[in-house]
Amino acid sequence: MTDRNWPLWEVFIRSKSGLSHRHCGSVHAADAQMALDHARDVYTRRNEGVSIWVVRSSDLVASDPSDADAFFEPAADKIYRHPTFYDIPKDVENI
Amino acid sequence: MDIDDARLSYVLRLGDNALVLGQRLIELVADGPELEEELANANIALDYIGQARLFYSYAGELDGRGRSEDDFAFLRNESEYRNALLVEQPNGHFGDTIVRQVLFDTFYRLQLDALLECSDRRLAEIAARAQKEIRYHLRHASQWLVRLGDGTEESHRRVQQSLEDLWRYTGELFAGDAVDDAIRDVLNGPDLDRLRAAWRAHLQSLFAEAHLEMPEDGWMAEGGRQGVHTEHFGYLIAEMQHMQRAYPGLSW
Repeated sequence: MTDRNWPLWEVFIRSKSGLSHRHCGSVHAADAQMALDHARDVYTRRNEGVSIWVVRSSDLVASDPSDADAFFEPAADKIYRHPTFYDIPKDVENI
Repeated sequence: MDIDDARLSYVLRLGDNALVLGQRLIELVADGPELEEELANANIALDYIGQARLFYSYAGELDGRGRSEDDFAFLRNESEYRNALLVEQPNGHFGDTIVRQVLFDTFYRLQLDALLECSDRRLAEIAARAQKEIRYHLRHASQWLVRLGDGTEESHRRVQQSLEDLWRYTGELFAGDAVDDAIRDVLNGPDLDRLRAAWRAHLQSLFAEAHLEMPEDGWMAEGGRQGVHTEHFGYLIAEMQHMQRAYPGLSW
Protein backbone atom coordinates (compact mmCIF):
# COMPACT_ATOMS: atom_id res chain seq x y z
CA MET A 1 0.00 0.00 0.00
CA THR A 2 0.99 3.64 -0.33
CA ASP A 3 2.92 5.09 2.55
CA ARG A 4 1.40 8.52 2.05
CA ASN A 5 -2.37 8.60 1.79
CA TRP A 6 -4.26 10.79 -0.61
CA PRO A 7 -6.45 13.39 1.11
CA LEU A 8 -10.02 12.55 1.97
CA TRP A 9 -12.99 14.06 0.11
CA GLU A 10 -16.65 14.02 1.09
CA VAL A 11 -19.07 12.99 -1.65
CA PHE A 12 -22.55 14.42 -2.21
CA ILE A 13 -24.87 12.95 -4.81
CA ARG A 14 -28.07 14.24 -6.33
CA SER A 15 -30.15 11.21 -7.12
CA LYS A 16 -32.42 12.97 -9.58
CA SER A 17 -33.19 16.44 -10.85
CA GLY A 18 -35.12 18.52 -8.35
CA LEU A 19 -33.79 16.78 -5.28
CA SER A 20 -30.89 18.16 -3.31
CA HIS A 21 -27.44 16.64 -3.06
CA ARG A 22 -27.08 14.25 -0.15
CA HIS A 23 -23.95 13.17 1.59
CA CYS A 24 -23.24 9.55 0.76
CA GLY A 25 -19.67 8.85 1.82
CA SER A 26 -16.06 9.72 1.16
CA VAL A 27 -13.19 8.87 -1.17
CA HIS A 28 -9.43 9.31 -1.23
CA ALA A 29 -8.03 11.28 -4.16
CA ALA A 30 -5.01 13.39 -5.06
CA ASP A 31 -6.97 16.27 -6.58
CA ALA A 32 -10.49 17.50 -7.22
CA GLN A 33 -10.80 15.93 -10.66
CA MET A 34 -9.68 12.55 -9.38
CA ALA A 35 -12.07 12.88 -6.44
CA LEU A 36 -14.99 13.40 -8.83
CA ASP A 37 -13.97 10.38 -10.90
CA HIS A 38 -13.51 8.22 -7.84
CA ALA A 39 -16.88 9.29 -6.49
CA ARG A 40 -18.41 8.35 -9.83
CA ASP A 41 -16.72 4.95 -9.76
CA VAL A 42 -17.47 4.14 -6.14
CA TYR A 43 -20.91 5.66 -5.55
CA THR A 44 -22.81 5.78 -8.85
CA ARG A 45 -22.28 2.26 -10.16
CA ARG A 46 -25.95 1.38 -9.78
CA ASN A 47 -27.49 4.42 -11.33
CA GLU A 48 -27.63 6.35 -8.08
CA GLY A 49 -26.97 9.82 -9.37
CA VAL A 50 -27.25 12.60 -11.92
CA SER A 51 -24.84 15.02 -10.28
CA ILE A 52 -21.89 14.79 -7.91
CA TRP A 53 -20.25 17.29 -5.57
CA VAL A 54 -17.00 16.63 -3.80
CA VAL A 55 -15.42 18.76 -1.12
CA ARG A 56 -12.21 18.26 0.81
CA SER A 57 -13.07 16.83 4.21
CA SER A 58 -10.64 19.29 5.80
CA ASP A 59 -12.71 22.18 4.39
CA LEU A 60 -15.86 21.14 6.23
CA VAL A 61 -16.66 23.00 9.41
CA ALA A 62 -18.53 20.78 11.83
CA SER A 63 -20.44 21.51 15.01
CA ASP A 64 -18.73 20.31 18.16
CA PRO A 65 -20.49 17.35 19.80
CA SER A 66 -19.76 18.83 23.24
CA ASP A 67 -21.86 21.87 22.26
CA ALA A 68 -24.83 19.67 21.39
CA ASP A 69 -26.91 20.70 24.41
CA ALA A 70 -26.53 24.42 23.72
CA PHE A 71 -26.94 23.93 19.98
CA PHE A 72 -29.87 21.61 19.70
CA GLU A 73 -31.74 21.16 22.96
CA PRO A 74 -33.35 24.63 23.07
CA ALA A 75 -35.37 23.59 20.02
CA ALA A 76 -36.70 20.48 21.70
CA ASP A 77 -39.59 22.13 23.61
CA LYS A 78 -40.68 24.58 20.92
CA ILE A 79 -43.25 22.45 19.26
CA TYR A 80 -45.02 25.51 17.87
CA ARG A 81 -42.21 25.74 15.34
CA HIS A 82 -43.59 22.66 13.59
CA PRO A 83 -46.34 23.34 11.08
CA THR A 84 -48.31 20.40 12.47
CA PHE A 85 -48.81 22.39 15.70
CA TYR A 86 -51.51 24.50 14.07
CA ASP A 87 -55.00 23.42 13.09
CA ILE A 88 -55.51 23.81 9.40
CA PRO A 89 -59.00 24.89 8.29
CA LYS A 90 -60.70 22.08 6.34
CA ASP A 91 -61.26 24.24 3.30
CA VAL A 92 -57.58 24.89 2.80
CA GLU A 93 -56.41 22.25 0.41
CA ASN A 94 -52.76 23.07 -0.05
CA ILE A 95 -50.54 24.67 2.53
CA MET B 1 -14.97 -8.62 -51.01
CA ASP B 2 -18.45 -9.88 -50.23
CA ILE B 3 -20.05 -7.42 -47.84
CA ASP B 4 -21.63 -10.10 -45.66
CA ASP B 5 -18.26 -11.73 -45.04
CA ALA B 6 -16.67 -8.35 -44.42
CA ARG B 7 -19.40 -7.37 -41.98
CA LEU B 8 -19.00 -10.55 -39.93
CA SER B 9 -15.19 -10.21 -39.86
CA TYR B 10 -15.44 -6.58 -38.87
CA VAL B 11 -17.89 -7.21 -36.03
CA LEU B 12 -15.72 -10.05 -34.72
CA ARG B 13 -12.63 -7.81 -34.75
CA LEU B 14 -14.52 -5.25 -32.69
CA GLY B 15 -15.69 -7.95 -30.31
CA ASP B 16 -12.22 -9.48 -29.99
CA ASN B 17 -10.61 -6.12 -29.23
CA ALA B 18 -13.14 -5.48 -26.48
CA LEU B 19 -12.98 -8.98 -25.01
CA VAL B 20 -9.20 -9.26 -24.94
CA LEU B 21 -8.67 -5.81 -23.45
CA GLY B 22 -11.40 -6.52 -20.89
CA GLN B 23 -9.71 -9.79 -19.97
CA ARG B 24 -6.34 -8.05 -19.55
CA LEU B 25 -7.87 -5.52 -17.15
CA ILE B 26 -9.70 -8.25 -15.25
CA GLU B 27 -6.28 -9.75 -14.48
CA LEU B 28 -5.67 -6.64 -12.37
CA VAL B 29 -8.78 -7.08 -10.24
CA ALA B 30 -7.86 -7.19 -6.53
CA ASP B 31 -4.44 -5.64 -7.33
CA GLY B 32 -5.56 -2.00 -7.37
CA PRO B 33 -3.25 0.52 -5.69
CA GLU B 34 -6.23 2.14 -3.93
CA LEU B 35 -9.80 1.02 -3.36
CA GLU B 36 -11.08 3.75 -5.67
CA GLU B 37 -8.75 2.81 -8.54
CA GLU B 38 -9.59 -0.82 -8.00
CA LEU B 39 -13.26 -0.08 -8.61
CA ALA B 40 -12.48 2.17 -11.57
CA ASN B 41 -10.47 -0.59 -13.20
CA ALA B 42 -13.11 -3.25 -12.58
CA ASN B 43 -15.85 -0.97 -13.96
CA ILE B 44 -13.80 -0.29 -17.05
CA ALA B 45 -12.96 -3.97 -17.59
CA LEU B 46 -16.62 -4.94 -17.35
CA ASP B 47 -17.61 -2.22 -19.82
CA TYR B 48 -15.38 -3.90 -22.41
CA ILE B 49 -16.82 -7.34 -21.65
CA GLY B 50 -20.33 -5.91 -22.04
CA GLN B 51 -19.39 -4.43 -25.40
CA ALA B 52 -17.85 -7.72 -26.51
CA ARG B 53 -21.18 -9.43 -25.74
CA LEU B 54 -23.06 -6.96 -27.94
CA PHE B 55 -20.64 -7.50 -30.82
CA TYR B 56 -20.62 -11.29 -30.43
CA SER B 57 -24.37 -11.64 -30.28
CA TYR B 58 -24.61 -9.58 -33.48
CA ALA B 59 -21.84 -11.72 -35.02
CA GLY B 60 -23.85 -14.82 -34.09
CA GLU B 61 -26.85 -13.49 -36.01
CA LEU B 62 -24.74 -12.57 -39.03
CA ASP B 63 -23.00 -15.92 -38.94
CA GLY B 64 -26.32 -17.79 -38.89
CA ARG B 65 -24.81 -21.05 -37.69
CA GLY B 66 -26.20 -20.88 -34.19
CA ARG B 67 -22.98 -19.75 -32.53
CA SER B 68 -23.50 -17.95 -29.23
CA GLU B 69 -21.51 -15.22 -27.47
CA ASP B 70 -19.82 -17.91 -25.39
CA ASP B 71 -18.82 -19.87 -28.49
CA PHE B 72 -17.05 -16.83 -29.86
CA ALA B 73 -15.50 -15.82 -26.56
CA PHE B 74 -14.44 -19.16 -25.14
CA LEU B 75 -14.39 -21.86 -27.78
CA ARG B 76 -12.21 -20.51 -30.54
CA ASN B 77 -8.53 -21.24 -30.86
CA GLU B 78 -5.73 -18.70 -30.65
CA SER B 79 -5.42 -18.16 -34.40
CA GLU B 80 -9.16 -17.49 -34.75
CA TYR B 81 -9.06 -14.31 -32.65
CA ARG B 82 -8.73 -11.15 -34.71
CA ASN B 83 -7.93 -8.53 -32.07
CA ALA B 84 -5.22 -5.92 -32.50
CA LEU B 85 -1.87 -6.94 -30.99
CA LEU B 86 -1.89 -3.82 -28.83
CA VAL B 87 -4.76 -4.98 -26.61
CA GLU B 88 -3.19 -8.35 -25.82
CA GLN B 89 0.06 -6.84 -24.51
CA PRO B 90 0.65 -7.62 -20.82
CA ASN B 91 -0.37 -5.13 -18.16
CA GLY B 92 3.24 -4.49 -17.11
CA HIS B 93 3.43 -1.74 -14.51
CA PHE B 94 0.66 0.81 -13.94
CA GLY B 95 2.17 3.19 -16.50
CA ASP B 96 2.25 0.46 -19.16
CA THR B 97 -1.43 -0.26 -18.54
CA ILE B 98 -2.34 3.42 -18.75
CA VAL B 99 -0.36 3.95 -21.97
CA ARG B 100 -1.99 0.91 -23.59
CA GLN B 101 -5.39 2.33 -22.62
CA VAL B 102 -4.63 5.77 -23.99
CA LEU B 103 -3.26 4.49 -27.31
CA PHE B 104 -6.09 2.05 -27.87
CA ASP B 105 -9.02 4.03 -26.49
CA THR B 106 -8.08 7.11 -28.50
CA PHE B 107 -8.29 4.94 -31.61
CA TYR B 108 -11.40 3.09 -30.43
CA ARG B 109 -13.25 6.27 -29.59
CA LEU B 110 -12.60 7.68 -33.07
CA GLN B 111 -13.61 4.36 -34.61
CA LEU B 112 -16.87 4.34 -32.67
CA ASP B 113 -17.53 7.99 -33.53
CA ALA B 114 -17.23 7.10 -37.20
CA LEU B 115 -19.43 4.03 -36.79
CA LEU B 116 -22.25 6.23 -35.47
CA GLU B 117 -22.63 7.37 -39.08
CA CYS B 118 -22.45 3.95 -40.73
CA SER B 119 -25.42 2.53 -42.59
CA ASP B 120 -25.50 -0.70 -40.57
CA ARG B 121 -28.05 0.36 -37.99
CA ARG B 122 -27.22 -2.32 -35.48
CA LEU B 123 -23.54 -1.42 -35.53
CA ALA B 124 -24.39 2.25 -35.16
CA GLU B 125 -26.55 1.47 -32.12
CA ILE B 126 -23.85 -0.57 -30.43
CA ALA B 127 -21.35 2.20 -31.21
CA ALA B 128 -23.63 4.80 -29.63
CA ARG B 129 -23.77 2.84 -26.42
CA ALA B 130 -20.10 1.88 -26.30
CA GLN B 131 -18.95 5.37 -27.16
CA LYS B 132 -20.32 6.79 -23.89
CA GLU B 133 -18.35 4.25 -21.89
CA ILE B 134 -15.17 4.76 -23.90
CA ARG B 135 -15.30 8.53 -23.43
CA TYR B 136 -15.09 7.93 -19.72
CA HIS B 137 -12.32 5.33 -20.03
CA LEU B 138 -10.30 7.71 -22.13
CA ARG B 139 -10.78 10.51 -19.65
CA HIS B 140 -9.63 8.27 -16.82
CA ALA B 141 -6.53 7.05 -18.67
CA SER B 142 -5.65 10.49 -20.06
CA GLN B 143 -5.70 12.08 -16.63
CA TRP B 144 -3.37 9.40 -15.35
CA LEU B 145 -1.06 9.86 -18.32
CA VAL B 146 -0.76 13.54 -17.52
CA ARG B 147 -0.17 12.85 -13.82
CA LEU B 148 2.54 10.30 -14.59
CA GLY B 149 4.16 12.21 -17.43
CA ASP B 150 4.15 15.47 -15.52
CA GLY B 151 4.75 13.85 -12.13
CA THR B 152 8.13 12.86 -10.73
CA GLU B 153 11.30 12.27 -12.71
CA GLU B 154 10.85 8.53 -12.29
CA SER B 155 7.19 8.44 -13.33
CA HIS B 156 8.02 10.55 -16.38
CA ARG B 157 10.91 8.31 -17.40
CA ARG B 158 8.92 5.11 -16.96
CA VAL B 159 5.80 6.25 -18.78
CA GLN B 160 7.89 7.61 -21.67
CA GLN B 161 9.49 4.17 -21.87
CA SER B 162 6.02 2.56 -21.89
CA LEU B 163 5.17 4.72 -24.88
CA GLU B 164 8.32 3.67 -26.71
CA ASP B 165 7.61 0.00 -25.94
CA LEU B 166 3.99 -0.01 -27.07
CA TRP B 167 4.28 2.34 -30.03
CA ARG B 168 5.20 -0.50 -32.40
CA TYR B 169 1.71 -1.98 -31.96
CA THR B 170 -0.11 1.15 -33.08
CA GLY B 171 0.63 0.90 -36.82
CA GLU B 172 -1.63 -2.11 -37.13
CA LEU B 173 -4.64 -0.13 -35.91
CA PHE B 174 -4.59 1.89 -39.12
CA ALA B 175 -3.34 -0.73 -41.57
CA GLY B 176 -6.55 -1.33 -43.44
CA ASP B 177 -7.29 -4.45 -45.45
CA ALA B 178 -10.11 -5.63 -47.73
CA VAL B 179 -12.52 -5.86 -44.79
CA ASP B 180 -11.92 -2.24 -43.74
CA ASP B 181 -12.24 -1.09 -47.35
CA ALA B 182 -15.58 -2.86 -47.76
CA ILE B 183 -16.96 -1.45 -44.51
CA ARG B 184 -15.85 2.05 -45.53
CA ASP B 185 -17.10 1.87 -49.11
CA VAL B 186 -20.33 -0.08 -48.74
CA LEU B 187 -21.48 0.81 -45.21
CA ASN B 188 -20.03 4.32 -44.95
CA GLY B 189 -17.75 3.08 -42.16
CA PRO B 190 -14.54 4.59 -40.77
CA ASP B 191 -11.87 5.96 -43.08
CA LEU B 192 -8.63 4.79 -41.47
CA ASP B 193 -6.44 7.51 -42.96
CA ARG B 194 -8.68 10.15 -41.52
CA LEU B 195 -8.79 8.28 -38.20
CA ARG B 196 -5.02 8.16 -38.10
CA ALA B 197 -4.70 11.92 -38.59
CA ALA B 198 -7.24 12.59 -35.84
CA TRP B 199 -5.55 10.05 -33.56
CA ARG B 200 -2.15 11.70 -33.96
CA ALA B 201 -3.59 15.16 -33.43
CA HIS B 202 -5.37 14.10 -30.25
CA LEU B 203 -2.29 12.37 -28.86
CA GLN B 204 -0.06 15.27 -29.77
CA SER B 205 -2.00 17.66 -27.57
CA LEU B 206 -2.31 15.09 -24.77
CA PHE B 207 1.42 14.34 -24.85
CA ALA B 208 2.19 18.05 -24.80
CA GLU B 209 0.12 18.39 -21.63
CA ALA B 210 1.86 15.37 -20.13
CA HIS B 211 5.34 16.58 -21.23
CA LEU B 212 5.87 13.36 -23.18
CA GLU B 213 7.52 12.92 -26.55
CA MET B 214 5.63 11.23 -29.34
CA PRO B 215 7.81 8.28 -30.40
CA GLU B 216 9.20 8.00 -33.91
CA ASP B 217 7.34 5.64 -36.21
CA GLY B 218 9.77 2.73 -36.57
CA TRP B 219 9.09 -0.90 -37.36
CA MET B 220 5.47 -1.79 -36.71
CA ALA B 221 4.23 -5.20 -35.61
CA GLU B 222 1.26 -6.65 -37.46
CA GLY B 223 -0.60 -9.92 -37.45
CA GLY B 224 -3.61 -9.65 -35.16
CA ARG B 225 -5.96 -9.36 -38.13
CA GLN B 226 -4.57 -12.60 -39.54
CA GLY B 227 -4.67 -14.41 -36.20
CA VAL B 228 -0.90 -14.28 -35.78
CA HIS B 229 -0.55 -13.15 -32.19
CA THR B 230 2.30 -12.19 -29.89
CA GLU B 231 3.67 -14.78 -27.49
CA HIS B 232 1.58 -13.45 -24.60
CA PHE B 233 -1.76 -14.23 -26.16
CA GLY B 234 -1.81 -18.01 -25.67
CA TYR B 235 -1.49 -17.58 -21.92
CA LEU B 236 -4.27 -15.01 -21.87
CA ILE B 237 -6.80 -17.22 -23.60
CA ALA B 238 -5.67 -20.31 -21.67
CA GLU B 239 -6.69 -18.56 -18.45
CA MET B 240 -9.81 -17.05 -19.99
CA GLN B 241 -11.06 -20.29 -21.51
CA HIS B 242 -10.09 -22.93 -19.00
CA MET B 243 -13.43 -23.04 -17.15
CA GLN B 244 -15.42 -23.50 -20.36
CA ARG B 245 -12.93 -26.04 -21.65
CA ALA B 246 -12.88 -28.01 -18.40
CA TYR B 247 -16.64 -27.88 -17.84
CA PRO B 248 -18.27 -27.49 -21.27
CA GLY B 249 -21.56 -25.62 -21.18
CA LEU B 250 -20.86 -24.32 -17.69
CA SER B 251 -23.02 -21.37 -16.63
CA TRP B 252 -23.44 -19.37 -13.43
